[in-house]
Amino acid sequence: MSVIQDGGYNRPGIIEKPPVLAPGHTSGSVTERISEVITRGTPKWFYPAFGFSFLLLMVLIFSIAKLVFEGTGIWGLNVPVGWGFAIINFVWWIGIGHAGTLISAILLLLRQEWRTSINRFAEAMTLFAVACAGIFPLIHVGRPWLAYWLLPYPNTMGMWPQFRSPLVWDVFAVSTYATVSLLFWYVGLIPDLATLRDRSENKLAKIIYGMTALGWRNSARHWHEHEVVSLLLAGIATPLVLSVHSVVSFDFAVGLIPGWHATIFPPYFVAGAIFAGFAMVLILTIPLRSVFGLEDFITQRHLENMGKVMLATGLIVAYGYGVEIFMAWYSGNPFEWFVVTNRITGPYRWHWATLILCNVVVPQSLWIKPLRTSALALWIISMFVTVGMWMERFIIVITSLHRDFLPSSWGMYHGTIWDWAIYVGTIGLFLSLLFLFIRFVPMISIFEMRTLTPEARKVAEGHSKEHH
Amino acid sequence: MANNDTTTDTPIESTSKVDLTGPKYWRSLEELVDSDAFQEEVTREFPRLAIPLAGGVDRRRFLQLMGASMALGGAAACTRQPLEKIVPYVRQPEQRIPGRPDFYATAATLGGYAAGILIESHEGRPTKVEGNPEHPASLGAVDLRTQASVLDLYDPDRSQTLTHLGRIRTWESFVDALSTNLGAQASTGGAGLRILTGSITSPSLAAQLASTLERFPQAKWYQYESATRRSATLGASVAAGQPAEVHYALADADVLLSLDADFLTQGPGSVRYAKDFGRRRKAFDSKVEMNRLYCLESAPTNTGSIADHRLSRTPAQIEKLALALAAKLGVAGASAAASSNLDDAAKHWIDVVAKDLQSHRGRCAVLAGDQMSPELHTLVVGINQQLGNLGSTVHLTEPIAARPADDLADLRALVKELEGGQVQVLMMFGVNPVYDAPADLDFASALQNPTTTFKVHHGARADETAPYCQWHIPATHYLEAWGDARAFDGTTTLQQPLIEPLYGAKSAHEVLAVVLGTPGIPGADLVHDHWIGQLGSEKAWRRAVHDGVIAGSAARALTVAGINSGSAATAIASRPLPSGLELAIRPDPTVWDGRFANNGWLQECPKPISKLTWDNALLISPRTAAAQNLQSGDLVRIESGDRTLEMAVHVQPGHADGVVTAHLGYGRTRAGRVGNELGFDVGSLRTSDTFWGAPVTLTKVGTGYPLASTQEHFSMENRHLVREASVEHYREHPHFAHEVAHEFGPEMSMFPPHPYEGNAWGMAINLSACTGCNACVVACQSENNIAVVGKEQVIAGREMHWLRIDQYFTGEDFGDVEGMVNLPVPCQQCENAPCELVCPVAATVHSDEGLNDMVYNRCVGTRYCSNNCPYKVRRFNFFKYQDFVTPSLKLQRNPDVTVRFRGVMEKCTYCVQRISQARIAAGREDRAVLDGDVVTACQQACPTEAIAFGNINDPEAEVTRWKQQDLNYSLLSDLNTRPRTTYLARINNPNPALEDHA
Repeated sequence: MSVIQDGGYNRPGIIEKPPVLAPGHTSGSVTERISEVITRGTPKWFYPAFGFSFLLLMVLIFSIAKLVFEGTGIWGLNVPVGWGFAIINFVWWIGIGHAGTLISAILLLLRQEWRTSINRFAEAMTLFAVACAGIFPLIHVGRPWLAYWLLPYPNTMGMWPQFRSPLVWDVFAVSTYATVSLLFWYVGLIPDLATLRDRSENKLAKIIYGMTALGWRNSARHWHEHEVVSLLLAGIATPLVLSVHSVVSFDFAVGLIPGWHATIFPPYFVAGAIFAGFAMVLILTIPLRSVFGLEDFITQRHLENMGKVMLATGLIVAYGYGVEIFMAWYSGNPFEWFVVTNRITGPYRWHWATLILCNVVVPQSLWIKPLRTSALALWIISMFVTVGMWMERFIIVITSLHRDFLPSSWGMYHGTIWDWAIYVGTIGLFLSLLFLFIRFVPMISIFEMRTLTPEARKVAEGHSKEHH
Repeated sequence: MANNDTTTDTPIESTSKVDLTGPKYWRSLEELVDSDAFQEEVTREFPRLAIPLAGGVDRRRFLQLMGASMALGGAAACTRQPLEKIVPYVRQPEQRIPGRPDFYATAATLGGYAAGILIESHEGRPTKVEGNPEHPASLGAVDLRTQASVLDLYDPDRSQTLTHLGRIRTWESFVDALSTNLGAQASTGGAGLRILTGSITSPSLAAQLASTLERFPQAKWYQYESATRRSATLGASVAAGQPAEVHYALADADVLLSLDADFLTQGPGSVRYAKDFGRRRKAFDSKVEMNRLYCLESAPTNTGSIADHRLSRTPAQIEKLALALAAKLGVAGASAAASSNLDDAAKHWIDVVAKDLQSHRGRCAVLAGDQMSPELHTLVVGINQQLGNLGSTVHLTEPIAARPADDLADLRALVKELEGGQVQVLMMFGVNPVYDAPADLDFASALQNPTTTFKVHHGARADETAPYCQWHIPATHYLEAWGDARAFDGTTTLQQPLIEPLYGAKSAHEVLAVVLGTPGIPGADLVHDHWIGQLGSEKAWRRAVHDGVIAGSAARALTVAGINSGSAATAIASRPLPSGLELAIRPDPTVWDGRFANNGWLQECPKPISKLTWDNALLISPRTAAAQNLQSGDLVRIESGDRTLEMAVHVQPGHADGVVTAHLGYGRTRAGRVGNELGFDVGSLRTSDTFWGAPVTLTKVGTGYPLASTQEHFSMENRHLVREASVEHYREHPHFAHEVAHEFGPEMSMFPPHPYEGNAWGMAINLSACTGCNACVVACQSENNIAVVGKEQVIAGREMHWLRIDQYFTGEDFGDVEGMVNLPVPCQQCENAPCELVCPVAATVHSDEGLNDMVYNRCVGTRYCSNNCPYKVRRFNFFKYQDFVTPSLKLQRNPDVTVRFRGVMEKCTYCVQRISQARIAAGREDRAVLDGDVVTACQQACPTEAIAFGNINDPEAEVTRWKQQDLNYSLLSDLNTRPRTTYLARINNPNPALEDHA
């Protein structure tokens, strides 16, 4: 326990993990450092950064307006390729969200304390990613004004949705996921909102933080109930990590199109989601921690751990690719085998090569510890993975559809400027929300970080000794 | 009941004027008064308003319109969508049930020849063309151009007003002007009067023209068709030694040889030929002996795609091969040396064919294409005579045209007279020579000779020729006027109107009546009176109008002393084989000579084999393209003599080497909003000496011309999509079609199969008979209100056809195509439908009769169903493709079929509206729906009877009989989708002698 007590530093001869909190911090300093990001006032760089994100958000709104007024035809879709960027982006964003849930729920239950400093941020990322993802199922339909027909609600038509369709399962999976993620995030925020309420000097900020803190008074009873709710929500969220992307994968696996119709899809999609999610967490935290000087809280240990998760899930994904190819050959199904050869040698071969480079080849560098612990290297690798995971969904959606059973119907798909505009626009939405988040809400959980300080450790140890 | 003898049929009249011309409001009751002065004033002020009034108003009509105007009196508000009141029938015609269509027999003409058709009419609106079973040229089927012709009626770009120098004038002012000018001609016997028409077979019109020439003995009547059958008629006439024409009776032909003749889809007899041919392609029917088709062609055609043996050679080589055949058969004048410079494969081929033909004397037929030389046609008559076919399969008759003419000689003479200043009055009926006359004649500048002071253009639209004429008279569509025409075998076919002229147009009969000095006689009376004179009684006339045909009016067979084909053989023998590249000029398979250029259905209809739409690319064989270093989409400069044209190239597998094919009908400048500025004006290369072909050189000048093709990939990729075998193989292995792919029985499912009690609809398609002619595609489009999307959307892969013809080539590589197969793919109506499973809103569901129904109102447009459809037969409205605005197009639509909005999926429904109609009719008579009660649009149109449809629970139904055959297989059967649409494997009847050689 002594290792933890002094943060693991200055103990020659013992190979130790880097700490999850830099030494020398107390409850007070943790609170001060994290909340001053907000209370200190708006940094100068914030305006151009947020402005740029907001501009992209306007691109999104304009593109969606054009889409609704003119029709799905502004995209590059056709017959046979009935799904394109919208579904690719939907799956991509949903996948990115998965890291947050994994960090906040599964790692909480597994008592991985290194998660503490990144979980708030990752949860927020989940929420915003789901918000971006959720746009696509609504707008990708031909008549978006009727998309609510996918919901089971009492109506004069006397119609239920068609419950055998994976798209209906998607509605349930994604709406549940969004709800639980929001609750989890908000419940976790309450003690910190109270801290901000108490520290704010601005009247308006006091009122707003005060309202959102829901009357938190730091009483033992509050803490107890908070703990219970957090654990319960973690319990509820845990299966979602597995279920949401499994359901999303059913959109494809239930279809009979070669390249879609595969039982490996659920696990391989979940692994891919976590892979992509951690990559996105790294992409965002690495610059932020240096901009806000939060290296004390998001340490090298965090980065390395996330690198390891990426390596592990990346290997699962690579295994998935391998099994897909193997099964296509082993099944002896000529249609399946054609899809594989067409992906590798057909008109989209460069997309496939990019996918393999980004998702299989580049992540292998994470075996090398100096790279795994270098913020810059991790950031670059994560960028590769993010591109690669987008490309994976492109390969799955497009190359399976563009050449299916009847060669007469074969065609090509190319994203149009509006496909790209909406995609880039959702990145704008994501970044806008993210900037608002880091500006107004503590991006690292203050109250949880306090539990990592040496003083808190002592108290905790004292408690556990009393129990024994 | 189509027997009204005055103006038009009774059901039409009461609503047509009220709703046919879009929004219009009566300003005052005086407007309805039929006064010239008032009309002229109105016409100048409000051209649109004047149109419906131009036709003349009788007393009864006046009262009706007064009623209508009262009803509409308050409706003249300035809203975008005016309030419309439904005006009920003042007197409801008897036997008319609103909502139930009536069918009337009439005639559509192309190049003068009649197609016998029935028109479906909904409350006075003709909406759909069907074949007339009583008509010898149809037997119930119809070709794609005739099928699409109904759209031309509603074409918003038709001329809507009579104009003089571009200004709107009344009919009366034209009558005055023409009478004055003709009066000046009377003194010279009409020496300065010329009439130019298309090919005329109409007996009544011919009679009028004859009277005109009697009245003006010095006047001249010329005929010109761009896609002329001149070679055929001239060739037959030379052979017979007198004006003659040839047609065929293919029902009795066991062996057929086509010499670059796409006889199954082109030419006046094609529908009948396809019928007769298709009835001999039912290999599964033991009563049917399969015929055998040899096809020698330059560019791949529908006929070539169904041939048992197909050889591609240049037109010049084909002539030489025909000569070699003639020599083999001992036709007088054909020497054995004819084939000296032909390749061995071709020589062997023609030897085998000659033997086969000889062993079927009197039961075979040799056909030459209309674009081959007259000499070849003469020679072919000689060959057929030598084979004993004359009188059995080949009929030599008197000419069908009212006055047989050599189009080119006529046009040359006219141009010479125009240039020589001998013409003062020129009247042109239904022709567009400025666009389609041979370029060397330079018709446009001939027309500008100032001595021709009075030029009249009578046509459906203000086309390229109209601006050169002072007067433009809008011509009626065939559904707006009385008329008559003769079919390919001479059968006279009556053309009755289904609707009053939408825009006050006049028929050629009515304009000629002015020339004859009797203006004002309605076209109805002109035709009626002519036939009363011929038929003798009103009863016979009514009978003929009802049936659409005048019984026993087929052309008289000629008895000729001998066939004179020797000189033709010598002429062909003396022609040198061109050493360089040849250009073959052909009418377009969809828009023909350009007259259908503004018809969206035909523009978007994929051209056979190439599957191109909206363009006429230069077709070139893969080998020739490689030699010229060309790819599809490259632009080349074609040089023929001193004429050049830049044109896009399409590399066409199956095309003959050493020849390139260009189609007419494109590059139009005044066709209308659909047909303008599409493709390339091949006519600019065409001279009167090189009418159907010329030696050319190609130079590549560019790349990347966007060609809109509905199919990009033409190999079956070893997937057993079209299963085919020779008839011998089939007799030995009747089950062959089932040996190539997995098939699943009901035991594959844990659940018992769904029981279908009552009706269970199913379709079977006989691939041995499908020529890929596209008649079904356009019939489906017409029946089901399918939108036209335009070239850009076709390039984007968004064409809307519910039924498509897939085209595949067989053989090792596309440079050496062995065969071509056609696979029509409508919705397969799977019992285990993958689309239904994935729709999140239950917008596509199964009916209790086994149909895979599409509920447009419920569809939100996820497109998941289309993704999951292995047959890719679903079509999505990516944009608002339907024209909800143009008033005239609204009238064309089938009221029984929803017009789909953007954002919804659509697909083939087995014409569920027709099923419902049959079910209702049967229910009222308290009986079951009988076999044949429901005929789908595609099945109805199919000229080769390749489609059977009906209740598969009925053991007696034709479709059930087809589905019981060993040949019956499901497309992609290994997916266990259990389609209701199945295919009868294609059976070919190859000659073993040629198989060995291969």
